[in-house]
Amino acid sequence: MTPEMLSLSNSPVWFVGIMLVKLLVVFTVVMLSVAYATWCERKVIGHMQTRLGPMRTGWHGLLQPFADGIKLFFKEEIVPTDSIKVPFLLAPMMILVPALITVAVIPFGPDIQVGDFMVPQQITDLNIGVLYILAFAGLGVYGIVLAGWASNSKYSLLGGIRASAQMISYELAAGLSIIAVFMLSETLSLREIVALQQQDLWGICSFVPNWYIFTQPLAFCLFVVTALAEINRTPFDMPEAESELVSGFCTEYSSMKYALFFMAEYANMIVISALAATLFLGGWSAPLNIAIFTMIPGFVWLLAKVYFMMFCFMWLRATFPRVRYDQLMRLGWKVMLPLALANVMITGLVVVILQ
Amino acid sequence: MFKEFAKGLSITFKHLLPGHSTTVQYPTVKLKMSDRFRGLHRLVPSQDREKCVACYLCPTVCPAKCITVVSAENEKGEKYPEVYTIDMLRCIFCGYCVEACPVEAIEMTGAYELANYKREDFQFTKQRLLK
Repeated sequence: MTPEMLSLSNSPVWFVGIMLVKLLVVFTVVMLSVAYATWCERKVIGHMQTRLGPMRTGWHGLLQPFADGIKLFFKEEIVPTDSIKVPFLLAPMMILVPALITVAVIPFGPDIQVGDFMVPQQITDLNIGVLYILAFAGLGVYGIVLAGWASNSKYSLLGGIRASAQMISYELAAGLSIIAVFMLSETLSLREIVALQQQDLWGICSFVPNWYIFTQPLAFCLFVVTALAEINRTPFDMPEAESELVSGFCTEYSSMKYALFFMAEYANMIVISALAATLFLGGWSAPLNIAIFTMIPGFVWLLAKVYFMMFCFMWLRATFPRVRYDQLMRLGWKVMLPLALANVMITGLVVVILQ
Repeated sequence: MFKEFAKGLSITFKHLLPGHSTTVQYPTVKLKMSDRFRGLHRLVPSQDREKCVACYLCPTVCPAKCITVVSAENEKGEKYPEVYTIDMLRCIFCGYCVEACPVEAIEMTGAYELANYKREDFQFTKQRLLK
C-alpha cells in the first residue's frame, strides 16, 4: 500500500513541522542564491568586460556579498523631507515580498516518504499554481510605482511610470506565451506540469523527456524575453536607466531599503528562472532518461537549470545595450503580443487536429 | 538581426574565458613606469654634497611657485642651497625645473604614491629630496 499524502487533517504536528523545515530550507537557499547571484553577476560581467570583478574580500572576492550587506546595513537611513513617509517605507517590502512568495509553488523534487506519509518536495501544490505566480508578478509593479511616487522626486516618478507601463505591456505577452503550455498540459498545477514533462518525448523517443521547450520553442523564447522585461533586467532596464534617470525609482533610497530593492531584483531573477525551468525545461527532472542522470536528486537539476538561466541573463546584460523606450513599447505590443497570440492559435489548431 | 545578436553574445563569451583580463592587481602588482614619467623629484648628489649650485633658475621657472631655495657659500667658496624645499601640494609635475637646471642637479623619478596624512609631510626638504 502506498503511504498517504501528509496533510493538515491526518497529522497536524508532522505537517506543521515539515512545512516549517521546508520553508526554512527554501528561504535559505533563495537568500544565499540572491547573495551569490550578485557576486556571480559582478564576476561574469567583469570578465566579459576584460576586468576581474571583486577580488579583495576573501578568495576571489567570495565574501563580497557579506561585505556589501554589512556596508549597506551601517549606512545612514535617509528619508527625504518631502516624501510621503508610509508608502516610502512600505514600497521596498512590497517589491521583495511578492518576489519571495512566488517560490512557494515551485516543485523541487519527487514525493519522498517521511515516516508513514508521503511528503511532496514543494512548499505547497496549488491547483492554480501558475495563476498565483502571474498574480504576484503583477503585484510586484505596485512596489515600484509606489516607490517612484512616494519619493516625490522627478526621476523616481519617471522610473515608476516607465516601470508600470513596461510591466503591464509585457505581462500580457508573458501570460499568453504560458497559455500555450497549459493547452498541452491541461493543468495549472506546476507539480503536474513537471510530471507530464517526464514522459517520453512526443510519446516516441524514450530517452529524451517531453520537455515543453521541444514542443513550444517559440513560447519559450517569448517567455524569456518578456520575463526579462518584466523583472526590469537589461536590455529592458528602463525604470532604472542610470544614464538618464539617475537610478529611477530607487534614486531616493539608501541603506537597507536600497538593499531590499537589489534583493528583490535578484529574487525576481531566481523566480523567473525557476518558472521557466519548471514550465519549459522539465523542472526538477533529468535532461535524459539515463540511470546516471536520474540518480542525481531533483533539486540539483532544478538549481542547475535556474543557475544556467541566470547566467544567460547576466550574459545578455553584458552584451546588449538598453533599448529605447519607444522601441521597447513597439517590441512589446507589435511583436511579442501578436507572436504569442499566433502561437496560441497554432497550438490550439494542432491540439484539435491531433485529437 | 539574430545573426548580430549571436555575434555579440559570442564576443562576450570569448572574453569570459580565462586569460582575457587586462586588470593589474594594483597594490600587489605594479606597472613599470616609463623612463620619462614625471614623478617625485630627486636632488642628484655628487661626491660629498648635492650637485645643486643654488642658481635660482628652478624657482624662477616654476609655474606653481612651489620651490624655495636659500643659497649660501661653503668653506671652499662654492655656492650651495642651504634650504631647498619643494611643496608637493603645489607642484604640478611639469618638469620645468629639470629642464631649467644648468647642472642637471634635479631630476624626476617614477615614484607616484605620494599620498600622506599631514600637510607638513608634503614639504619635501633637501634631506628628503636627496634620498
